[in-house]
Amino acid sequence: MERIQVITLILNIIFLFYISKLIIKGRLREEYAIVWWVCTGAMLIFSFWSDGLDVMAKLFGVHLPANLVFTGFIFIILIYLLHLSVVNSKLQKNMTKLTQELALMKEKLERNEDFHDVKK
Amino acid sequence: MVKKVLLVIPCYNEESALPLLLQELDKLRLPDRYELTALIVNDCSKDRTVDVARKHGVKILDLPNNLGIGGAVQSGFRYAKVNNFDIAIQLDGDGQHPPSQIIKILNGQEQYDADVVIGSRFLDNEGFQSSFMRRMGIKYFYRLNQLLTGNNIYDSTSGFRLLGRRAIAIAAENYPDDYPEPESLVIFSKYGLKIKEVPVVMSHRLGGTSSISSVSSVYYCIKVTISMLFSYIRKT
Repeated sequence: MERIQVITLILNIIFLFYISKLIIKGRLREEYAIVWWVCTGAMLIFSFWSDGLDVMAKLFGVHLPANLVFTGFIFIILIYLLHLSVVNSKLQKNMTKLTQELALMKEKLERNEDFHDVKK
Repeated sequence: MVKKVLLVIPCYNEESALPLLLQELDKLRLPDRYELTALIVNDCSKDRTVDVARKHGVKILDLPNNLGIGGAVQSGFRYAKVNNFDIAIQLDGDGQHPPSQIIKILNGQEQYDADVVIGSRFLDNEGFQSSFMRRMGIKYFYRLNQLLTGNNIYDSTSGFRLLGRRAIAIAAENYPDDYPEPESLVIFSKYGLKIKEVPVVMSHRLGGTSSISSVSSVYYCIKVTISMLFSYIRKT
C-alpha cells in the first residue's frame, strides 16, 4: 500500500466518525449527511482501489485521471450548493411566515389585554 | 355602507419622522363613509419607533425579525384580511406620502372601481420628483411593466397604494420579499385585477434613509427585472 492511500484511509475514517458524531448529537440532519457519506464512501473505494481512477478516466475519455477527480468533485459541490440555496430559500419563506403570524398574535393578545383592563 | 380602511405604515428606524406623520394623521378628516384605522408595522427597528407609536396609542404590528419592506407590508395586508377590512392603503413611514393625499387615492378607487390604485408622482409632475437616475429607472420599469402586463402605470415603484378586498387576499398569500412594488403589479395583473393610477403630491422624506442606496440600485434593477419576468411566467 502506498503512503497516500494510508493517509486518505485514516482521514476518511476520522471524517466518517465526525459525521456520525454530529448526527448522534443532533447537530446534523440525516438528509444532509447522505451526501457526505457518499463522498467519503467514494474516496474510501478509490483509496483501496488505486487503479480504479485510471479505469474510470479511460471510461469517461479523460486524459489525466486527476482532472476527472476535479471535474467530478466540482460538479458535486455545485449541485450541493444549489441544494443548500433551495433549503435556505425555504427556510427564509418559513421564517417570514412565522414572524408575521407572531406579530399578528402579539397584536391580538395586546388588544385582549386592553379589553380586560377596561372591564376591570 | 361604511368601508373599513386600514392604513398600513411600514416603519424601519423612523422615530424622527413618525411623530409628525401621526400628528398629520390625527388631523386627517375623511368622509363618513370611510372608517380609518392606522396600523404601524415595526420591522424590527433598532431605534425607539415602537415607543413613539405606543405613546401615541396607534395599533402596532411588532415584527420580531427584520423582514424588509415586502414582508413588513405583507403582514399589514394579512392583518387587513384577518380583520376583514375592505381597503388597505400602504403609506410609508418616512413622511414621503402625506396623509392629506389619501383621499385622492380613495376617490380614484371609487371613480374607477379599481382593485389596486397607485399614487403617482408623475401624472401631474407636482411636488417631490426624485433624482434623474431614479427617474430613468422608474421609466425603465414603466416600459417593462407595460410589456408584461399591458398596463400603463408610470410610477410602478411607488409605495403609496391602495388594495381592495381581492388584492388584499392575493397580497396576503403572495407578496415579494424585497423591492416588492413593481413585481407585485405583475402579480396583481396576472390575477386579472384592475390597476389604476392617480396623481398625488409627494414630499421629501422627513427622516431615515431610502431602502435603496445608489450602490445597490444596479442590483435593484437586475433583481426586480428577474423577479418580474418570473412572476410573469409563474402560474397563478
